[in-house]
Amino acid sequence: MLFKLSIKNIARSIKDYAIYFFTLILGVGIFYIFNAIESQTVMMNVSSSTYEIIDLMNNMLSGVSVFVAFVLGFLIIYANRFLMKRRNKEFGIYLTLGMSKRKISLILFFETLIIGCISLVVGLVLGTLLSQVMSLFVANMFEAKMTEFTFVFSKSAFIKTLVYFGVMYILVMIFNTYNVSRCKLIDLFNASKKSEKIKLKNPWLSGIVFIISLWALGYAYWCVTVGVTDMQTADKILIPIALGAISTFFIFWSLSGLLLKILSSIKNVYYKGLNSFTLRQFSSKINTTVFSMTIICLMLFFTICILASAISIRNSMTSNLKTMAPVDIQLDKKLDLPANSGYSEGIIEDSKITVGETLARLGFDTDKYFKDTVEFNLYASNDILVRDTLGDSYQEIAKQFPYLDYDMAETFIKVSDYNKLAELYGLEPIHLNSHEYVIIADFDSWINIRNQGLKQDVKITINGITLHPKYAECVNGFVYMSSSHVNTGIFVVPDNVLENFVREEGILVANYKAETDEEKQEIEDMIIDLGNSTYAKNTDLEATTKLSLYEGSIGLGAMITFIGLYLGIVFLIASAAILALKELSESTDNQERFQMLRKIGTDEDMLNKALFRQIAIFFMFPLILAIIHSIFGIKFCAYLLETFGKDELVKSIIVTAFVIVFIYGGYFLITYLCSKNIIKERY
Amino acid sequence: MESILKISNVEKYYGSKSSLTKAIDNISFEVDKGEFVAIMGASGSGKTTLLNCISTIDRVTTGHIFVGSLDITKLKGNDLNKFRREELGFIFQDFNLLDTLTAYENIALALSIQNVPAKEIEARIRKVAKELDIEDVLKKYPYQMSGGQKQRVASARAIITNPKLVLADEPTGALDSKSAKMLLECFTYLNKELSATILMVTHDAFTASYATRVIFIKDGKIFNELHKGDDSRKEFFDKIIDVVTLLGGDLNDAL
Repeated sequence: MLFKLSIKNIARSIKDYAIYFFTLILGVGIFYIFNAIESQTVMMNVSSSTYEIIDLMNNMLSGVSVFVAFVLGFLIIYANRFLMKRRNKEFGIYLTLGMSKRKISLILFFETLIIGCISLVVGLVLGTLLSQVMSLFVANMFEAKMTEFTFVFSKSAFIKTLVYFGVMYILVMIFNTYNVSRCKLIDLFNASKKSEKIKLKNPWLSGIVFIISLWALGYAYWCVTVGVTDMQTADKILIPIALGAISTFFIFWSLSGLLLKILSSIKNVYYKGLNSFTLRQFSSKINTTVFSMTIICLMLFFTICILASAISIRNSMTSNLKTMAPVDIQLDKKLDLPANSGYSEGIIEDSKITVGETLARLGFDTDKYFKDTVEFNLYASNDILVRDTLGDSYQEIAKQFPYLDYDMAETFIKVSDYNKLAELYGLEPIHLNSHEYVIIADFDSWINIRNQGLKQDVKITINGITLHPKYAECVNGFVYMSSSHVNTGIFVVPDNVLENFVREEGILVANYKAETDEEKQEIEDMIIDLGNSTYAKNTDLEATTKLSLYEGSIGLGAMITFIGLYLGIVFLIASAAILALKELSESTDNQERFQMLRKIGTDEDMLNKALFRQIAIFFMFPLILAIIHSIFGIKFCAYLLETFGKDELVKSIIVTAFVIVFIYGGYFLITYLCSKNIIKERY
Repeated sequence: MESILKISNVEKYYGSKSSLTKAIDNISFEVDKGEFVAIMGASGSGKTTLLNCISTIDRVTTGHIFVGSLDITKLKGNDLNKFRREELGFIFQDFNLLDTLTAYENIALALSIQNVPAKEIEARIRKVAKELDIEDVLKKYPYQMSGGQKQRVASARAIITNPKLVLADEPTGALDSKSAKMLLECFTYLNKELSATILMVTHDAFTASYATRVIFIKDGKIFNELHKGDDSRKEFFDKIIDVVTLLGGDLNDAL
């Protein structure tokens, strides 16, 4: 009997539940899809180093899933609370009819059970279907070849989804039982009659709070953009974040009062059609929803930043590689290690010979497998440290960036060596007169630091020869292959200056003598095999190859993209759903108000327009502020991630905008249609 | 006298063929311009149904209702809304003010949905507020006002559009006796000084005694009709009580 009642309740209020249902299904589906990636990657044909990254990604995804489960759990309980509020009168009737609270709890228990089961089934079916599409995307991201389409069903993701959502639903049941046991009959009956007191804010106070909040927000923006160089330690970022969050709250708080005050004084606008009604609807609610609006605004802000940055990192990493890894292999080893440097005797002995000689000892025929070979040395000595090259700016820079190591020995390269390398790398060659030097670098913040020294024409003395800078700024360039811009600065100097100077490192770069990918992979495998040679323990020779960089970069890019998408979409759904439910839960009040407007003869078009505006304002308000936040947030992210490059930001912002319009806009539309349905005329 | 409202052979049925309820059973009457008519009847007599039909909130089953020369039973969609906002004024038992708006804004709404310019709205509200003695509460919200004040604000909203006909559904139903008396005196003022035509539904003899004519309804039919004529209010009240007794005891559902 109780079970029947539960089913009838759900069937009757299916329209009110629609958006809750929709969100649950979406939540279950997304949870499954991202947890099922693991079993999809198992099917892929990729190299072992990619596997390691995939493994890391899967671990991170399951870690993030716990966090996502918390967000979704919070959302479900929050949503459930709204739905319960709507039904106070119904519970009141049950209680007056003599039904015990325990039985009402039981009704709710069955309802949650039914809704939970249906949403899990539908969500899992949807998730399984969509994850087939996702598997194509996954394969594409890892640039794996899909030989044939296989239908993948992830048992582990399935069980995980069941367990996580099962726990959430049980929490909802406990919460409902607690709520029912606490409620009083009189409150249940009067709940709908309680007229909300409208606390009007003092416009002057609102104005002052608004200005202070704007100022605080402006300061927070300034901190993460112009003043970003002051951000030496991670905890410093907390100040602008806290400032931003608090000022967001107070902007909403003050704006609600201020907007009303300003707009109501423009009488021609305010007393036109239903404008006064719409505005009052908005401001009466914003009084009670400032907090949730703040949360939603911040969640949207994080969503936009996460999505935009994640996609941008992935794109720039791939495009970086083309220029940053111009040759197939780079081998390097330390040279001239001092006797007491802590290395084994064998390695110290080996550090006296060049890379080429070491390769020969390892039994590798460089002539047979390598072409375009360039071998050169890097030099360094403790006589010239970073601090010496900054001139008078050193004190100031050290104050600005105290965490940098200014006692690091500077690195030098002969100009002839560099030009050979530059030709192979496709970089601009450098022409030096005697007594001139040039710094090559590609790490933006280091370029800025070094340029300060260069501008002052700081002279350095090596081997008794004094050099001065040829240009007042660094030249873009690098020596080491890598997947990102990490060259903090290397001095290019005339060859004669470095005669008999201390060798720091020997480097050999080359292309494989191979035409096809398979042949290249063969040589690559041989290099990797060198590690098993008997001589290997006597050398610190290290290899960086284009293939390994490429795989690592693809893997890392894919991982960041997936985690970004996962978090971003869940945040987006959570915030949109909260707004939608809030709006819908108030529709009963609205229904009475719209009915009244209808009685005094308002046109349907006018009513619909007022409703649309009311909901649009509620959805747009947090979004607009979130977008403004994001402009600065993304700038800050770009600064943090500058080693990855930021060329692809526009593209990723477009993708982000598309995702937001699709999900957030979708929720907006559903909310409008549902509300319109609720306020429809009922005779 | 010019007839403002003409109800001719109106019937309203509820339910299906097997169990038919005649809420209104062939009622006809006319209301002239400047009249203050009360319709009296017990709960379930059909008086509110009749009012709903006149106010186009409900539709008649058969018969016609003319307001001026317009047959409102033929109106549809937005024409209905236009008719309601331009020709009718409403006063409800539970006030039906918007709780989010101040008294001023509530009254203004009736004009702003007719696209009356803001300047004119201001002047008209000042005038009507003075007449109904609600100038002090214009800036207040409904929850800050007494029942009587709320109902006078609702009355102001009803008459500010200069409607042909003001419809009042149990206007004193939610008021204490003092507020009720004040409101009814307002009605009399509106009727006498501003020559507003008022049609009021009530089951209270005291309320009805302020009208110039009382129509009694029982089981969906007109049972009796009283004209005030030159009687004092007290004499009229006694006459009404007589009819009520004839109707079958106390109208206040004590039977």
